[in-house]
Amino acid sequence: MSTDIIGGVLGETEPRGGPPIALIDILDRLLNGGAVLTGDLVLSIADVDLVHINLRAVIRSITGEEPAPW
Amino acid sequence: MSTGPNAPAGFPGAGVGEMTYVYAVGHEGPALDGLAARLPGVDGRPLRPVGGGGLCALVSAVPADTFSERGLTAQMEDLDRLEAVARAHHAVVDAAFAETSVLPMRLATVYLDDARVADMLVRQCSEFRELLGRLEGHVELGMKVYADPRPAAASAPATPASAGAGAGRAYLRQRQAQQRDSQDAYRSASDLAARAARLADGVAASRAVHRPQQGRLAASRPGVNVANEAYLVPREHTEQLRRELSALAEDVPGVFVEVTGPWAPYSFATAVTAESAGGGGPR
Repeated sequence: MSTDIIGGVLGETEPRGGPPIALIDILDRLLNGGAVLTGDLVLSIADVDLVHINLRAVIRSITGEEPAPW
Repeated sequence: MSTGPNAPAGFPGAGVGEMTYVYAVGHEGPALDGLAARLPGVDGRPLRPVGGGGLCALVSAVPADTFSERGLTAQMEDLDRLEAVARAHHAVVDAAFAETSVLPMRLATVYLDDARVADMLVRQCSEFRELLGRLEGHVELGMKVYADPRPAAASAPATPASAGAGAGRAYLRQRQAQQRDSQDAYRSASDLAARAARLADGVAASRAVHRPQQGRLAASRPGVNVANEAYLVPREHTEQLRRELSALAEDVPGVFVEVTGPWAPYSFATAVTAESAGGGGPR
């Protein structure tokens, strides 16, 4: 992987069907981005947000990232 | 949260012991209906379109126990499982985005059943429509800047094999040179990130800043990630901006740029406000 980036550009194109997209780039978007929907009558707003927040903590812990405001 | 509430009688969709996982929301129509018929969701479960308020959510059934809060936490502790769910989610969003404008949902957006998804669509249809309108015709590009002083350091002369004071001084000089290279690389990377943001500003409708990537999942990239941003770009300007961003680092030693995408506008879909102001919503 490192040979194609020296002094240049990595992942110049990642079209559909191209090289696999890095999991960390997907997680950036799926955990920080994406619409956050709430309002379910039983799964309360607090619960929904709690799931997301806990997921971030869990994923941080297994990926070895240092704590940071996400 | 261990209970799996049943879907209301007579409503199709999630069955007993199942909940409804939502991938994306778009306008109701043949594009998303057709996609649902031919694409699998998480764990290969069939996708379904759920309509409401003129909108369509792409959903699939998931087991209520493994997608409850506790179940999810357990699942996400398993990196392989996390990857499987995340990639399945992204595959659906990506395929939908290739066909039509969609709002991607955050990972693990789970409702108790389809009826509640339909309710949600009806209640929030004006916000969804507004956001879909704003994102129409745009894609997201990711841009990361890395500082990697190693290529410069590698060209420095190796420590002489000879012993004595001369060798010690040479070692110190080399260490100092390495530190300078490293500082230079970080400074260049920061400068370049600022230039990238200015460049994107001229084209992009919006900019989102993610925190720099680090940890196990970032280890496949050499160097240190110093900037991790996303730009919402009119589709017709995507390739031009990609080229310009990629070219920024061409003559800068110790720095490289990675441009990813085009993505569905994940980083710009967070503006759908919660119906209540409570909870930690998106920034």
